[in-house]
Formats: sequence, C-alpha cells, structure tokens
Amino acid sequence: MIKDYFKEIFIGGKSLLVGLGVTFKAAISPIVTVQYPREKIDVTPNIRCHIDLVPNPHGGDIQCIACGMCERACPSGCIEVITQKKEGEKGKTLSAFKLDFTKCSLCGICVESCPKDAIYFSNEYELASFSKDDFHFDLLQRLKERK
Amino acid sequence: MDFLSLFPPEFIRIIISSIIIVTFIFVNAIIMVYLERKIAGHIQRRPGPMEVGPHGILQTIIDGIKLITKQLIIPTDVNKPLFRLAPLLSFTPSILPFIVIPFSKSFQARDLDLGIVFILAISAINVLALLVAGWASDNKYSLFGAMRAVSQNIAFEVPILLSILSVVLMTNTFSMQGIVAAQNKIWFVLLQPIAFIVYFISGLAETNRAPFDLPEAESELTAGFHTEYSGMGFGLFFLGEYGNMFIVSSIATVLFLGGWHGPFPLPFGDFTNIIWFMIKVYALLILMVQIRWTYPRVRFDQLLNLAWKYLIPISIVNLLITAVIVKL
Repeated sequence: MIKDYFKEIFIGGKSLLVGLGVTFKAAISPIVTVQYPREKIDVTPNIRCHIDLVPNPHGGDIQCIACGMCERACPSGCIEVITQKKEGEKGKTLSAFKLDFTKCSLCGICVESCPKDAIYFSNEYELASFSKDDFHFDLLQRLKERK
Repeated sequence: MDFLSLFPPEFIRIIISSIIIVTFIFVNAIIMVYLERKIAGHIQRRPGPMEVGPHGILQTIIDGIKLITKQLIIPTDVNKPLFRLAPLLSFTPSILPFIVIPFSKSFQARDLDLGIVFILAISAINVLALLVAGWASDNKYSLFGAMRAVSQNIAFEVPILLSILSVVLMTNTFSMQGIVAAQNKIWFVLLQPIAFIVYFISGLAETNRAPFDLPEAESELTAGFHTEYSGMGFGLFFLGEYGNMFIVSSIATVLFLGGWHGPFPLPFGDFTNIIWFMIKVYALLILMVQIRWTYPRVRFDQLLNLAWKYLIPISIVNLLITAVIVKL
C-alpha cells in the first residue's frame, strides 16, 4: 500500500521530467513553419489552381484551336470561348477565352476534354481580392500580356 | 534642497519605491507575455510573434495599447460596484508583496520582520478578487471558475505554508533579508529539496498557471472568472497574474535558491547583486512557462488529490524531520 504510494510518485515524477525533456528538445530545434509573405516554398506540381492556356511551342500564340469542347464540357458554365473567322485562314481562331473563376470548382473536365491539351492547371494561388470582378479573367489577354 | 527638505526622507523613499514597483510590474508583464509567446512558439516549432519590431519585440506593447484603448463593457445584469472592484482587488495584492522582496542587500523597499507572513497574507486576497469577479459577473462560467479558484487556492495554501515553515525553522526568522543572509554558505534547495519541490508545485497552483489553470480553463469555462471582462478590466487580471508569478518565483529564490547570492561576487555587490536575483527569478519563470506548454490540464479531483493526498502529507513529514534535526 505505502509502497504503491511512493512508486506512483516516482513513476509520475519521472514521466513529468521526460515530458519537460521533450518540449525542451523541441524548443531548441529549428522552426519548421514558413513566414509566408516573406518566404515561399514551391507548390506541388499536382496543384489545381485556375486553368490557363498552354503557349504553343511551335510558333503562333496558343495551342487552342477554338473548338469549344471545354465550354460544352464545363458543368458550371464558367468558360466562354469567343471566336472569329479570319480572312485567308481555314477554321476559326480564338479572340477571347473568358473564365468566370467565381463559379469554377476546379473539377478539371475542361482539361480532360481538350483535344489539343491546350489548357492546364496553373499554379497561381495568390488570388485574394476585394472585388468579385477581379475573378473574370480573359485568359488569352493574360497570355499576351505575359509575353 | 529646500524643496526636498519639506518632505521627510521616508516619504520620498515610499514614493520612489512605489513608482519603481508599479513600473516594474508593467515591464515584467510585457517581458513575460513576450517570452511566453516566443517559448510557446518554439516548443511548437514555429517562430512566435514576428511582425511588430524585430522578432516581434514590440508586439506586447501594441497589445497593451489595444487593451487600454478598448471600451470597458459592463453587462446589464452584473453587480456593478463589485464588477468594477474585482480587477483592482486582483491587481493590488500583486503590488504590495514587492515591498518586502529583497532584490539585493540595499535594494528593498522595506525589510519587515514578518516579510514572508506579510506576502502570504497579502497574496491570499487574490482569491477574494477571483471570487468577487466570478460572483459579480452573473454568468455560470464565471461562477464555476470562481468556485474552482477558491477550493484550489485553499487546498494549496496549506502545503505552501508548511514548506515555507520548514525553511523558517532552519533560519529562525521571517525576515526576507535574514533568510537570504542565512544562505551565504549553502543554498536551502540542497538542504530542503522536498520543500522546494512542494513549494514550486503549490506555487504553480496558487497562481492558477497551467497545468492547474482550472479557474480559467479555456476549453471548459470559456475564460472562467474573467469571461465578462473586456479591455483593461481583463488587462488588470492579466497583470495581477504575471505579478503573482513573479512573486512566487522570487519567494522561491529567496527561500531556496540563495536570494541575491551568486556563484561569484560582483563589483558593488550591494547594488549589482540584483542581477543574480533576476537571473534566478527569470529562470524559474521560464520553467513555469515551459511547464505550461508541456503538461495537459489536470482534472479537478486529480488536482485536489495532489494537494491533500501527496503534497500536504509529504510536507508535514518534511517539517517534522526538519524540526527534529534542528532540535538535535
């Protein structure tokens, strides 16, 4: 009885000291969090941010052939492909690729349905804004501006 | 000089020491909140406050300004006089014990013959403040917090007294300077290790620090007795808590860790020994912070079992053994 009493004290005291050791070790080891606005880490390649147009590697601006498959496939109706017919060219060309990101749920059906792999998930995650209008992108315009 | 001679020197001494004490309580709270947040951060492998000033050292000053400028909201159904009185009642008893704390041989406001008894008597008022706050708030969480505070403080007052008594038996004096002077050869932590541990654990419980923070248990009682307080009303409770932490640590330093005696003497020892005192007190305070961020909160029956089944019997036995050895 009295033996158990002292045993409990010693076992308890020892485990308390072990606990202090654990926190002390953690306190002197380097920090693992990132100070976000000042330091950034690379995002994973699988990240799904808003879609973007793939630039054409073989000359020309874009891979997109303005077929409109993505517009038809989008379940939320947030893509609008605006085309125009140019003189002396066969088929249509893209004049604006409008994305309403407020409705987009990043399902990826547009990326899958694209016959030319002309759209991909970008990794722009810093998209905070005070206004809803800032999320109506014209992706073609953006691609041109970036060049 | 004529102007100064109008006042008796004792009067000037009182004014200067009270200004220093009140300033020190505020500075101590600012330092301790910063240290607490930094240490908590590093224990959780994150940097803690980093935004205001280099490494966030101005963060607590900004927080203090925010607390001072906030509106004091008084709910409609509270007992108004008691509600406003409680923060002051909690803050004042944390100022008064500083009068007898010996920072060094010359740096002490007053060396009362009953220094320890004075501190214990004053700091017991703190419980009354918590009870008044909980009762006046007209809120079940506040009342629960206050009830817990009272039963916890009554339980842990006993082992504190018993462990202090075993030191007093050895020194034959209640005066703080006398107890420090008795330790110029050997610190009492080596002669009375059990009393030190008992005192430190009970001191944690007396200041309502985690793992004994049941009166303000966030996850159970929102904020316990200060649920209804906002702005500086809450700020005064906070200052009082950090003041009490400092007092508990400095009593531990005076009684067990040799007060202002250091491992080697400093030049102008009567004044510079304050450095040794501060190093010891802040080491204990940092240990308290680390304990807070290490252990989970105890349940209420565990808390009272700890007091009545472990600390009190152990300290009584320790006191008896001390008495026998002193008598021999």
